[in-house]
Amino acid sequence: MKQTFSATAIAALMALGASPVAAQTEIQFWHAMGGALGEKVEEIATGFNESQDEFKVVPIYKGNYTETMTAAIAAFRAGEQPHIVQVFEVGTATMMAAEGAVKPVHALMEDADIDWNADAYLPAVRSYYSTPEGELLSLPFNSSTPVLWYNADLLEQAGIEEVPSTWDEMFAAGEALQQIGHDCAFSFGWQSWVMIENYLAWHNEPIGTKQNGFAGLDTELVIDESESLTNLLQRIADSTEDGTFEYGGRRGDSLSLFTSGECAMWMNSSAYYASIKDQAEFAFGQTMLPLNTEAAEEPQNSIIGGATLWVLEGHDDSEYQGVAEFFDYMSRPEVQADWHQSSGYVPITTAAYELSKEQGFYKEEPGTDTAIKQLSLNEPTANSRGLRFGNFVQIRDIINEELEDLWAGNQSAAEALENAADRGNDLLREFEDANS
Amino acid sequence: MKKVTFRHRWLPYLLVAPQIAITLVFFIWPASQALYQSVLRQDAFGLKTEFVGLANFAKLFNDPLYLESFVTTVTYSAMVAGLSMGVALVLAVMADRVVRQATTYRTLLIWPYAVAPAVAGVLWWFLFNPTVGIAAYALDAMGYDWNHYQDGGDAMMLIVIAAAWRQVSYNFLFFLAGLQAIPRSLTEAAAIDGAGPLKRFWTIQLPLLSPTAFFLLVVNVVYAFFETFGIVHATTSGGPGNDTVILVYKVWRDAFEGLNLGSSAAQSVILMGIVIALTAIQFRYIERKVEY
Repeated sequence: MKQTFSATAIAALMALGASPVAAQTEIQFWHAMGGALGEKVEEIATGFNESQDEFKVVPIYKGNYTETMTAAIAAFRAGEQPHIVQVFEVGTATMMAAEGAVKPVHALMEDADIDWNADAYLPAVRSYYSTPEGELLSLPFNSSTPVLWYNADLLEQAGIEEVPSTWDEMFAAGEALQQIGHDCAFSFGWQSWVMIENYLAWHNEPIGTKQNGFAGLDTELVIDESESLTNLLQRIADSTEDGTFEYGGRRGDSLSLFTSGECAMWMNSSAYYASIKDQAEFAFGQTMLPLNTEAAEEPQNSIIGGATLWVLEGHDDSEYQGVAEFFDYMSRPEVQADWHQSSGYVPITTAAYELSKEQGFYKEEPGTDTAIKQLSLNEPTANSRGLRFGNFVQIRDIINEELEDLWAGNQSAAEALENAADRGNDLLREFEDANS
Repeated sequence: MKKVTFRHRWLPYLLVAPQIAITLVFFIWPASQALYQSVLRQDAFGLKTEFVGLANFAKLFNDPLYLESFVTTVTYSAMVAGLSMGVALVLAVMADRVVRQATTYRTLLIWPYAVAPAVAGVLWWFLFNPTVGIAAYALDAMGYDWNHYQDGGDAMMLIVIAAAWRQVSYNFLFFLAGLQAIPRSLTEAAAIDGAGPLKRFWTIQLPLLSPTAFFLLVVNVVYAFFETFGIVHATTSGGPGNDTVILVYKVWRDAFEGLNLGSSAAQSVILMGIVIALTAIQFRYIERKVEY
């Protein structure tokens, strides 16, 4: 009631005072950032709205990534689409294939005649969302990458002086922990992203043909062809027997295994920083993903997760002008640095990274630059710039299912990867048929 | 019986029109849309549409995982209906005997029905969380290592409990009403003849409850088949492996996560067929055992 009243009051005031305000063009922005992150998005929009008086960006929370994306697609089918929608990285191929529904960011910026440089974005982020010709399709916003979180207290108790940097050391740490009576050495979440997509990029091996799908729709998954991956997954599955590895669910569900102290190490997104800081009652840290020395001597670079902002077709040019100006505002170093520091996502422009350094953020919060270092370790190769497969939301489900059957001991790692690749390839063919 | 005649020719049509309109809008139209979608292949945005005939159906029946999902669904529905009706019957019989505080007990027992399936799912997910859940902790103390993330059997138990828990209230209401409708004189007469409480229950109350039980069986099976995807979504997401992918969850997931409307529509057409068949079988065979 109170809210309705104040809303009416504001509306009345605006009507009274207002001819210049009434000329404002509204820009609808659908996003998937709940809680504190959502408030931060509101803050960014307010900052933009106050910086000029021609446009008004209205952010609307639409649920999780999947829900936001499907809501926008349903809205598009009904002709009610928002101007901007936040889409997670696995939805990239779907958005890209939707020619006529999506306005590429590089075209948007050109049309709006804004002096804006896509090179300001980190190569690892930019390349994920660019065409093979290097044209940026969507605006990078929140990107993260998996890191190795560790419980420093537990490792110290077990007499492990250096945090594991290879998989051999991970298993050795497991033995040391078990000698002091601690079962679980490590766990991980988002296993397709962390243990398959990123593992392969990290060791410079392909996930699929055609440059991981960047070069065409007739791509196939080759995850079953990596011997080192098969061996490692088998080794992990075998280690569930003595409890060295414990599986705790598909997305972030296994976070509690780490924060409760049950597992000493946890591999998942760098964006869990805020949650871990909030929940862990022990000294913790983050470091780079472990290397499998069987596969490579040096790590390549990890790939990102998270989301970007896509612009949908079907609105007036004057409105796109506003979208472009909003994007320009969001790309500013101070806006990006603030978003990075409060959210735990990586700084996605070089300038924001430099600014955060200058402001002393990484000295105050040691380890928070692990993700960005990992992403920019080397110039991305065809194997490590990312992936672009159609129907990938479903393919991740398939990978989850097959890996779960591996952890439960129902099949071997080789079988799990082969099944996942076969079933995934069926979906790739279906996507190819529907989009060509 | 007195035959009703209408003086105006259009009045009867007018009176029945709202019902027909509702059926058209909420059943016939969506059902025909599903039929239409099931023979198409479309990209997510609906920009390209292609007629593929029965290819969506053929694909489903060549998919061993889809066929497995049938077994999962049947097992799951049987367990949900069995558990929720069994518990509800026991509670109803006990509540029927309570004289003091009867309304309080009744209110408490009906409460869970007001909880949305997704909320019920989250609640049970939390109780059975292997790391922090209190129920998992209790099981652990009893020597059972509960982990529904890894063990398909545990995951199945979890969704059965979560789905049945809510339905117990509904079943309880009907059983209680059914029990209270049984004339006291019947049970009293049996008691005078020397029948004990158990004997009275088996030979008098239960047979007289059979119409209620039959009705509830239909309702519960339909509930388990069609209304519980929220529970699966909130607790197990179909995992581990494919162990808790029931048909309706797969329909939802393929459409709303996979954006594959053709396959999802084909699946819902199949589901529609199943529920028609199921209802027919129930009325044709099981109803014969019911005494009205």
